[in-house]
Amino acid sequence: MDAAVPLPRESITTRVLRPQRRRALTGAAFAAPATILLALIHVVPIFVLFALSATDYELGAIATRAVGLANYERAFADPAFRRSLANTFLYVAIVLPASVLLGLLVALLVHARTRSRSLYEVIYFLPVTSTLIAMATVWQFVLHPTLGPVAAVLRAFDRATPSFLTEPALVLPTLAFIGIWQLVGFNMVLFLAGLSTIPRDLYEAAALDGAAGAVDRFLRVTWPMLGPTTMFVTVTSAITAFKVFDTVAVLTQGGPMGASSVVLYAIYLEAFQYFHLGYAAALTVIFLAFVIVFALAQAFAFDRRVHYA
Amino acid sequence: MRPGRLLAQLAAHAVLVAGGVAMVLPFWWMLLTAFRPAEEIFTGGIALFPERFHGLANFEQALTSAPLLRFMLNGVIVCAGILVVQLAVAIPAAYALAKLPFTGTRLLFGCVVGAIAIPIQVPALPLYLAFAELRLLNTYFALMFPFFLSVFAIFLLRQVFKQYPDEIIQAARLDGAGEFEIVWRFVVPAAAPAIAAFSIFSIVAHWNDLYWPLIVITETRLAPPPLGMLFFRDAETGSNYGALMAGATMITAPLVLAFLVARRRFIQGITMTGLK
Amino acid sequence: MTERGGGAEGVRLSGIAKAFGATQVIDGLDLAVRAGEFLTLLGPSGCGKSTLLRIIAGLERPDRGTVAIAGRTVDHLPPAERDVAMVFQSYALYPHMTVAGNLATPLEMRRLALFERLPLVKHLSPRRRRVMRGILAEVCAVAEALRIDHLLERKPAQLSGGQRQRVALGRAMVRRPSVFLMDEPLSNLDAALRVEVRHELADLHARLGTTFIYVTHDQLEAMTMSSRIALMDRGRILQLGTPEQLYDRPASLAVATFIGSPSLAVLEAVADGAGGIRLGSLRLPFGHRFASGTRLSLGIRPEAFALPLGPEADGPALSARLARAENLGAEWHLHVRLDLPGEPAAIVRLPAAEYAAARAAGLLEDPLTLVLRSRGVHLFGPDGARTAADSARALAAE
Repeated sequence: MDAAVPLPRESITTRVLRPQRRRALTGAAFAAPATILLALIHVVPIFVLFALSATDYELGAIATRAVGLANYERAFADPAFRRSLANTFLYVAIVLPASVLLGLLVALLVHARTRSRSLYEVIYFLPVTSTLIAMATVWQFVLHPTLGPVAAVLRAFDRATPSFLTEPALVLPTLAFIGIWQLVGFNMVLFLAGLSTIPRDLYEAAALDGAAGAVDRFLRVTWPMLGPTTMFVTVTSAITAFKVFDTVAVLTQGGPMGASSVVLYAIYLEAFQYFHLGYAAALTVIFLAFVIVFALAQAFAFDRRVHYA
Repeated sequence: MRPGRLLAQLAAHAVLVAGGVAMVLPFWWMLLTAFRPAEEIFTGGIALFPERFHGLANFEQALTSAPLLRFMLNGVIVCAGILVVQLAVAIPAAYALAKLPFTGTRLLFGCVVGAIAIPIQVPALPLYLAFAELRLLNTYFALMFPFFLSVFAIFLLRQVFKQYPDEIIQAARLDGAGEFEIVWRFVVPAAAPAIAAFSIFSIVAHWNDLYWPLIVITETRLAPPPLGMLFFRDAETGSNYGALMAGATMITAPLVLAFLVARRRFIQGITMTGLK
Repeated sequence: MTERGGGAEGVRLSGIAKAFGATQVIDGLDLAVRAGEFLTLLGPSGCGKSTLLRIIAGLERPDRGTVAIAGRTVDHLPPAERDVAMVFQSYALYPHMTVAGNLATPLEMRRLALFERLPLVKHLSPRRRRVMRGILAEVCAVAEALRIDHLLERKPAQLSGGQRQRVALGRAMVRRPSVFLMDEPLSNLDAALRVEVRHELADLHARLGTTFIYVTHDQLEAMTMSSRIALMDRGRILQLGTPEQLYDRPASLAVATFIGSPSLAVLEAVADGAGGIRLGSLRLPFGHRFASGTRLSLGIRPEAFALPLGPEADGPALSARLARAENLGAEWHLHVRLDLPGEPAAIVRLPAAEYAAARAAGLLEDPLTLVLRSRGVHLFGPDGARTAADSARALAAE
């Protein structure tokens, strides 16, 4: 009776473990470029940003000092920055409800069409694909006080055309209008996707229950079922609106007299026109804080969208 | 019930058409002006078509005052370059996160998710300083570099790859295929729709990006379309609206035409920012 | 609940036709459902049964024809006013409402005015509270009857399939309709649950006495629950009758093959000109009137085959070859190939005791001799219709 010769322990483990270990190594290798880029593009810069924000670095300066939180104190006392924050929030306050509600309205109407649906989808989505700089320029011309079609229509009613982009009180709403113009089609598509997930027999059950009118159908079925989508669209639109930059850069450059100064443009000016890089870094950190709050809200909304029974 | 329904339908169409007019108005005005001679621009009011068709004169003028074609070429180069590297980096990384766990997988994925929230404007400052220091401003590389990593692509593709059946991968491994081959020969083709949709999202986003090019590029010859438009506007100060609109038409045309051709994919791709 | 049969008339459909695009789904169909009965629309998918149900409910409009419920024509009425309630295959519960909310919705829609249902504004109505109290009482009553009263605060996502089904049922019951419409309500349940719910539905019908119209493709459900069955295929009713009628006196070959599991064997036979048929070498007198040479079909139910034991040993017999024997516990299914042109297959059903006896007697060796019993043999004409010819006489011992 021979005792079975045990296989050398080493060879079993290496034979079983090695493929797994090899795979783990391969995985790490595959992820390496991404990891390196992640470090270079996101991680390191953010640390640098925080570091910068605690200095008074200016481009081309001879010496730099650490100043702790002085930049942040300055930011919250700075009338220009505060104005840009206020303007940005005002901009969001106009664009957000309008783009969400209009997007929803258009989606509801388009969803019910059968033959003309494709046509409307194209028409409303065109602005989304176009280059905003170019179209903003066109809008500028459309709103031209003498040469544009808006002016022509108002002339027909014997009214003067306001200077949309040069009058301080009108600038922000006008920019908001252009922002809404580009956002409605996008929101419409998101809402259409949400509407298509509502099961048809829910509407039929509602019809049998007596909820056949448009108002009842909307209140009982459509609006509740769209809840997560609506929340999601709202947060996404808020983020997009908060990051407004292009229209300001091309049409008003923050003017007249700061009436259209927005956060990103203010940061851009501080960093790349005035070269107050330390200060601009602090402003960027504040901007980042807002963005993170929005992003958390978005993650929460996205999660609910996916898990809604 | 019938007359009520008819009224409702008409009302719906009325609203949609009114909104549609607002949507299309600038496009129509842009095209109208681009094909109008200067006198008509200043005297003519609203019209559906130009009274005197000015041919391509405005377009020629636009092309001479700024290198619009160059701008578009830059757009193509930059978007293509970005997309190629994005996919080359993201696909293996997403596959590793989905199917090849290693120590640090969770940490990496956490960083990926966190980085999705960070818009380009945040690292812009430090990156600019780095490029300035390395004398790499005003290069294609500077234009493309920050976008080489698309955390969004990694996130999206990881999700798609996760759904790829493990059994097929195991069978392939048994057949002797290496991981590299598995990724590119088996998994990627299956994920083609998602990759296509992402590609469109990437191209549109970077074709239309202004902030970063504005920071790193000052030379006209390197400007991508939006920055080019800005330069073009400055060159075209004064009242040559015909040329201005012609320029705007040319800058906007590529994406709009692409959209009209590949509508479904476009909408799919762009709404992925929504999913973002 | 008091008996409500919707009056003397239950539901009457006359001349219903419906096409979807180029497909004619229902073509000129008449049906009279008696008040208080449990009528099943049975048929394979695509036969139009669901469409018919939806036409009754008012969810589809027929191209032609009229629908009358409890004696009044309802064609022009919207679904909510037809006094019907429907249980959908997917239940269609409102996911964002609790069970109580789901059950209350039909009553709210009916008893509250529009402004009393609008968010915020609704609190301005003084009578709303009173009405809601009444509604809540009814909701609790129905919930108790269905044993879901402990689930009233849950949302549908937190319920099991069987519980959801009961909520769907409750939402229908709360309206006290003249007619209950059910569209394959058991198909999403697992097998054990299906049996249990089948019993409950049958009990419910007995208790309520309301007209039930039930759609299914499962003949077992139809046979066990229905007062009458309307077997449908391609938009027409093949036969309307009680379960026994459909089983014992199928109107056509199509009905006979659909009803009954395992399905009956269909054999080709030829009329012999003297009212009988020739089946291979066997000759059976039926007393039909087909001309000599007419091709006829003979349907034989699995339980109509017997092994030559005891008193049935004589009688018309066919020989066959045993292909496979399946033991189902209480009975055996013998899969055989008959000794006829074409070697048609058939299934023989034997109670276990008979199988044991037959095996002991050595009757299961090839070639098998199968005797035809008098019940369960049907003759069908060339058009598929069952002849009235007398199989009992044909199969009496000669």
